[in-house]
Amino acid sequence: MLRYIAQRLAQAAVIVAIVATITFALIHLAPGDPFSAVMDNPNVSETVRQTLRAQYGLDRPLPEQFVRYVGLLAHGELGWSFSHERPVREVLGTALPNTLLLMGVALVGSFVFGILIALFQVSRRGSVTDHVLSGLSLFFFSMPDFWLAILALLTFTYWLPIFPVGGAFDPVMHEYWGLGGRIVDRLYHLALPALTLMLLASAVVARYQRAALLDVLPADYIRTARLKGLTEPEILRRHALRNALLPIITLVGLSFPALLTGAFFVEKIFSWPGMGYAVVLAIGTRDYPLVVGGVIIGSIMVTLGSLLSDVLYALADPRLRSR
Amino acid sequence: MRTSDADDSMTAPLLSIRNLRTWFYMEAGVARAVDGVSFDIGAGETLGLVGESGSGKSVTALSILRLIQSPGRIESGSVIEFEGKDIVTLGDAEIRDIRGNRISMIFQEPMSALNPVFSVGDQVAEVARVHAGMSRRDAWDRAVEMLALTGIPDAESRAKQYPHQLSGGMRQRVLIAMALMMKPALVIADEPTTALDVTIQAQILDLLVDLQKKIGTSILMITHDLGVIAETASRVIVMYAGEVVEQAEVDELFAKPHHPYTEGLMHSMPHIGHDQERLNVIPGTVPAPTEWPAGCRFRDRCPYSWDRCEREHPPLYQIGTGHVSRCHLAVEPERRNSPHPPLVVEAGVAAA
Repeated sequence: MLRYIAQRLAQAAVIVAIVATITFALIHLAPGDPFSAVMDNPNVSETVRQTLRAQYGLDRPLPEQFVRYVGLLAHGELGWSFSHERPVREVLGTALPNTLLLMGVALVGSFVFGILIALFQVSRRGSVTDHVLSGLSLFFFSMPDFWLAILALLTFTYWLPIFPVGGAFDPVMHEYWGLGGRIVDRLYHLALPALTLMLLASAVVARYQRAALLDVLPADYIRTARLKGLTEPEILRRHALRNALLPIITLVGLSFPALLTGAFFVEKIFSWPGMGYAVVLAIGTRDYPLVVGGVIIGSIMVTLGSLLSDVLYALADPRLRSR
Repeated sequence: MRTSDADDSMTAPLLSIRNLRTWFYMEAGVARAVDGVSFDIGAGETLGLVGESGSGKSVTALSILRLIQSPGRIESGSVIEFEGKDIVTLGDAEIRDIRGNRISMIFQEPMSALNPVFSVGDQVAEVARVHAGMSRRDAWDRAVEMLALTGIPDAESRAKQYPHQLSGGMRQRVLIAMALMMKPALVIADEPTTALDVTIQAQILDLLVDLQKKIGTSILMITHDLGVIAETASRVIVMYAGEVVEQAEVDELFAKPHHPYTEGLMHSMPHIGHDQERLNVIPGTVPAPTEWPAGCRFRDRCPYSWDRCEREHPPLYQIGTGHVSRCHLAVEPERRNSPHPPLVVEAGVAAA
């Protein structure tokens, strides 16, 4: 098992390196640079522009810039964020916990909710309720995340203003509340983006889980369970779910990238001060180091997520545990 | 000559099935998988139930436990009387109380019948937790005891293992332990040795017979293997196309098989000492259960069939004491002297 994890970590390092390289190339190949927006206008003299760009090394050929960036990474530095005028590490350091909170709540929430929905559907399989829920989950499954986020924003902050428009906390009052008030305030701001992400992800989970349960139900050991005199709910919960959870564990790893990209858009729309929000803004301002830094952290999360799900799978399935 | 279809000699049988009809409502039509089956099982008795695939023996077994899944249904008018209750009309809670407790079952595939993600001890113990309300610990101890009784060496540590870590024979012992956990009145063994190596088969059969003596349970032994019947059963029922076609004491059946289908089954057994190039087979296959032929259902595969077999569905004729057969040869025995190639062979659809 340890050997396997080491192998997977080595693979993950290679994947992260490749992703970082591609991102570096792509963002530099896009027209403009961090100074375009402010200085590419007739009021700024050509000399000033060139001096500034030379100071940051942006006049050097791309391969040279890349080698310098890699040297930086080797020292554990992610570079300087042009738009925030702070080290990238600091920018991402404050943004990452917000993203992890949003993703974590959405991940756990969507799996719990999705599995419960699937169990409910399978216990009434073939009924109208089952079909309606299948239709609903297909609807949310096919809905683009940014679209649902915009709709949620419109509905619950404009038409029916029960949630705050954006941010992770109240910018004015937050300082004046005690710990309890701050937690409530945080949760209040977290609710809408987290529910949006959760709803999208739980539709996927519910569909997979329902299919996995229906796959398991005709198995001989389910008949054995019936034969023992167990009730249908007991059979479903204990014998069927335990087996049908195995493919869903794989889905945890697979849903990491989807949740992360989903979080990027959802964060942007709800102005949630997370990594996605920072990186999306950074792309617009050509804040090279922040974009690449954000992508590196994101790809590390994705590869670790899939590794985590593989390890969980091996732990959950006794047939793989010994390997 | 005609008689009721059950054995009258038994007094107060443990299980009494009358006119059991289990039909499956499918798009292709109604499959009458079990179509009017009646028989009794006495207390402590081993009854053999023989027939090839599609004859309805497994569906009969599952009907006894009411484990028939949709689109299957036990038709009204069917009666399965067990310990004074009619299983067909029992409520869900009452039938659950019987399953695994008063009647249990052993399956053909010991691998797939065990849940791969739970330890075998846990799965055996579950029966006692459900029916005896035992605590986790007591049930586990009882399971280990039961596993040891079925001849699993070092049962204590084996119980902690998962199905994939055990051999086929071991797994079947686990299923037997599970089935006998509550000392049931009836154990239904559906092809319990088919998936096992020949040497293991004999061990498992001996084990079953041995444990039956200890516990005093009845066994319904379902098999297509007459060898298994000869070794374990005292009475045999032969099923074909959803019906009982012959019923007799084991010795009587082996000595004087009456129904041409039973005769065919006997001939298809390999015999030690007889040098045979190929095994004898009964030509053709069981017809589709959605369209049982009118008249005799074995007619097309029968070497004696004549026009009466097409016109008239044979009843169960009394042949001897406790011996019945669903064949018109009972009233026209001279027809047995003039066999002919079966219709399926003449039609050129003989099975290889």
